[in-house]
This record gives sequence, structure tokens and C-alpha cells, in this order.
Amino acid sequence: MMETFLYHSIRSLPFKLEVGSLARLVHTGGNIVREIIKNKVLFLMLLPVILYFVIFHYAVMPGAYVAFVDYNLNKGIFGSHFIGLKNFEFLVQNGDLWNITKNTLLYNLVFLALGNIIQIVFAIMLSEISGKWFKKVSQSVILLPNFISMVIVGVFAYNIFNFNSGFINTLLVSTGLDRYEFYSDPGIWKYIIVAFKIWASTGYGMIVYLATITGINHDLYEAAYMDGATTWQRIRYMTLPILKPTFILLLLFGMGGILKGSFDLFYNLIGTNSVLYPQTDIIDTYVFRSLVGQFNFSMGAAVGFYQSLFGLILVLVVNFIVRKVEPDSALF
Amino acid sequence: MEKNTIKQDSGSILIKGISYFCVTIFALFCLFPFALMISSSFMNEQEIVREGYKLLPKEISFKAYDLLLNNSTQLVNAYQVTIFITVVGTVLGLFMMSMAGFVLNRKDFKYRNFFSFLIYFTTLFSGGLIPTYILMVKHLHLKDSLFAMILPAVVGAWSIFLMRNFMKAIPDSLYESATIDGAGDFRIYWRIFIPLAVPSLATIGLFSALGFWNEWYNGMLYIDTPAKYPLQYFLQRMVSQTNLGALINSGAVINTADLPTQSIKMATAVLATGPIILLYPFVQRYFVTGLTIGAVKG
Repeated sequence: MMETFLYHSIRSLPFKLEVGSLARLVHTGGNIVREIIKNKVLFLMLLPVILYFVIFHYAVMPGAYVAFVDYNLNKGIFGSHFIGLKNFEFLVQNGDLWNITKNTLLYNLVFLALGNIIQIVFAIMLSEISGKWFKKVSQSVILLPNFISMVIVGVFAYNIFNFNSGFINTLLVSTGLDRYEFYSDPGIWKYIIVAFKIWASTGYGMIVYLATITGINHDLYEAAYMDGATTWQRIRYMTLPILKPTFILLLLFGMGGILKGSFDLFYNLIGTNSVLYPQTDIIDTYVFRSLVGQFNFSMGAAVGFYQSLFGLILVLVVNFIVRKVEPDSALF
Repeated sequence: MEKNTIKQDSGSILIKGISYFCVTIFALFCLFPFALMISSSFMNEQEIVREGYKLLPKEISFKAYDLLLNNSTQLVNAYQVTIFITVVGTVLGLFMMSMAGFVLNRKDFKYRNFFSFLIYFTTLFSGGLIPTYILMVKHLHLKDSLFAMILPAVVGAWSIFLMRNFMKAIPDSLYESATIDGAGDFRIYWRIFIPLAVPSLATIGLFSALGFWNEWYNGMLYIDTPAKYPLQYFLQRMVSQTNLGALINSGAVINTADLPTQSIKMATAVLATGPIILLYPFVQRYFVTGLTIGAVKG
């Protein structure tokens, strides 16, 4: 759900950040007390949400220090022995960091590029369809996968690909061919993962793009029609250029999140099948394993910290670029 | 749009034809796994073992459902857990987020930009899974507690901003006249704002409820007692395990040799997704509003 809300951030600026407001707050310490007394009800109403963010997000942030220690359960994060960048060095030397970074980047690039293109193509096709009933039903059906949990996607994969009774093997056997062991072939899962990602996310993006298309001024299309433009010309010279800024923005902001993996998709498809790791292990599954499987807290935290830090830098860079290109769409 | 079309060039008919074709194919591609899951859940176990899962089984069997619905205490538990976290989490979250959205939209609230930033920054940088886990287990003592599945997801930064954007539509003059009439801030929120915000509460509430219904991740991380597994995590365990007897009904004796292992996995999946699929046609428009509301610049 988090990542789906990315769209909102781009299309409806939640707010314009004023870095100055932070400085003002520090400088006017006396004022804030007066302000709290004056607006105590408003502050109280905001308090639960602020407490949530302080406890579940801000209180966690100092814990990222665990990446720099040799974590000892009894001594706690800040009592454990400080070892500096040793965890990171180890991860670089054994090649793990490079492998999971590469996988995460490549998967996300494919999801972004292919995903957006397919969403645009289907949004345009839906806008060309005139049958109201058909349009409504197909839109609902394509959006449906958006609403189920990735656990169900894992069940689907089992249903379709498992060795003994999977649907594809049923077909293979019934046509006289040999069964295929999907769950021991890492290469094929690249395609299965991408296919399920597209399957699950097309509806959402399609509707966002479709909203942009239907938002196009009706008169414009009418005028183009009067001037004798064919459907193809209208798509090529009107719809596509109008979608271009949205597309570029979504791509750019997607780049900002390119180190964040879709843990629930990967985990539910691959699980603990280590045969498939070489081509399907991403940062998030690696961190999870270091927590649950090997109890190597510091190593996992090092990878997590690396992901968060570079993720933040990426967002800042992307935002900087967006601000240069289209100041209105920048986040801050 | 095309109602009073006079003539159509052959290209446009071709594009229309291709559109109908591709959209149909893609819609079928979206439906296929659901159809396969449902038909597999009604299959006779011997047929699955002999020939595998099929879209059109030779025989229909209700055995998996019979077993699940009549014998499975664990499934009932999982349902209860999921309903509990969905209701509590959604109600609590809506209350917290609507208050926050109300305050952050108030132009006379001086520090709204600061607090917005405080909330927003958490989407840019996070402490990471491992410090979160240590905090949840060592300091908040939420290991094996139902609240471990509620609290971390009760509020979302984007939902708050979405709420705030919805509220912008309510004219400021309403607050002003209420203030002049002597109504306090909470009263304005409760009596004026909440009734006006029902459509947006429905949208965000549905997003939130869906998230809780589909919850499995925190269950996997923090829940140890099988009786506290949420539905989706229970399902995940069902699919990945071969020995289902214990999972289905701890305590009671089930003849495991007789268990329709393969169809029961799919039947559990159907029962876990069922409510969403049944409700989907009715609530879909709220989701679409939520998805496209961002298209209107606030």
C-alpha cells in the first residue's frame, strides 16, 4: 500500500515544506508554550498520531547504530562492542552486498519501465473503448489483483507451478511431455516474478493514467476530430504528449524508491527456497533472513542502513532534478 | 464521446478492435489464477494426485470445505484474529488520522508545516527492520501480542495527507462561523467535520481495512502462538507445510492419510480471499475515488 501512495505524493502535493519553519520553532521556544496553551485541544488531537510516529519511527532511527556494532542480545544495541564499518566491509568482500543491490535495482527498473508502459497502453486502449458495460467490467477485473494479499499470490504460484500437481505440469503431462521442476530453476523465476508484479499492479496505474486521459478537455478532442484527425493521430499527437509529464514524473519518483524491494512479493513466491536465491534475492529478503534465519542482527542492520541511507540520497537527488524540470511537482 | 460519430476511418475501427481484444485477454489473464484456485479447491484429491490441478475438473468434491468448516478450530481462530485486528485497527486508525488531518488542515494552527514534515520524513528514511524488531520485542514487549499486528500499521503518512487533502474541500467559513457560535475545536471536528467527511473516511477506512485483512508480515515476525495467527499467515503456513493435520486442528484427531492436502490448501485460500471478492463490487468505487483523488491538485 505504501508504494501505491507514491502517486498521491506526486499528483497532490501534501504540503510545501518550509525548512524555515523548523528553525523558527527552535528560535521561538517561548512562543510554542504560549501556542500550546492557546490551542491545547488541537495539540491533543494531533498527539496520538505524533506519538505513533515518535514511537514506531523516530525511536527506531537511533537503533540503526546496531549496524556499527557486534550485536549482543544481552548488552543491547548501545552496550554492544563498536566495530565501525566492519560489517559493511564483510558484506562488500563476500559479494553479498553487490549481488542483492544489483538484483534489487534490476528488478525495480524492469517493474518501473515495463509496468508504466503497460499501464499507459491499457489506459489508452480502455479510453478508446466505447462500450460502457465492457469498460466498467474489464476495469474492475483488471483492478481486482490489486486488492489481494501477496500470500494469495504465493498460493497462485504454487497452484500453477508446483512439481506434482501444478497447472502447467498438468498440461505438460496430459500432452505427453515431462514435468518441469520450476522450483529448482532460478532463471525462470525472474520472469514469473515480473509477470506477477505486472499482474498485480497494472490496474492501479492504469486507472491513474486513465483519470489523466479522461481529464483532457473534451473540446480538444472534438476540435481534433473536426480537423479530420484519425484515432491514431489523436493518440500519437494528443494523448501521449499529455501523459508524458506524468510518465516522466512517475519514473523519476520510482527511481527514488529503486532500492526498496517488494518484500511481500518476493518472499511469498520464493520463500526459503535457497536454490532460487542467486537470481531472486533482494535487499529486503536478505535483511529479513539475517533476522529470522541466521540471527545475525548487525549484518542485516548494516544492509538495512545502507538501503535507507542511499534511498534517502536518491530521493533527494530525484527531487532536485524534478525541481529543476518542473518546480510545481517537486516534493519539497 | 463517440455517440454522434458521423464516420469512422478504418484505422480507428482497427484500434478499437485491437483494444477490445487486448483488454479482454488481459482481463482473462487477471482472472485466471482466481478461477484456477476456485476450481482446484473443489477437486477430488485423487484426481489432483493423479493428474494435477485443473481448470475443469472431472469430478466435484466438497470434502476440503467440509473438513475446514466443520473441523478446523484453527481456521476459526485465524478468522477471529483477522476480524479483530481489522476492526480495531481501522477504527483506531481512522480516529487518529482524521483528527490529525483536521488539525493539519487548520490554517490557524501555526506548526502544521513542522508536524507535516515530521510525518513526511518517516517515508524518506527509516531505521530499518532490525532496529524495529528489537524495539518491538525488547522495549515495547509486543512479541506474541495481537497489538503487534495493529499498532505498527495503524497510521500511514500518506493516508494522513490524503485525509488532509479531502478536508481542504470543506469551506473555512464553516469553521469560522462555528467558532463564533462558541463551539470548541473538538466539537467542531466531531459535529461538523466528521459528518461532512464520511465519503473520505469510507475511502481511507477501506484502504486501511484491506491492509489489515491482508496482514501477514507482522504476524510472521511477532506471533508465536498458532491460535493468534492472522488468516493470511495461517494460509501461508498451510501452503508451505506438508503436515497439515496439526495446523488445521490442534488437539483433535484427524486421520492425516485421509486428508485432502492439495485441495484443502486452495479451499483455505478461497475462504481467506472470499470476503474481499464478495465485497469488491460494492466498495470498488470508494477505492477508485481514493486512487484518483490525488489527480486533483490540492
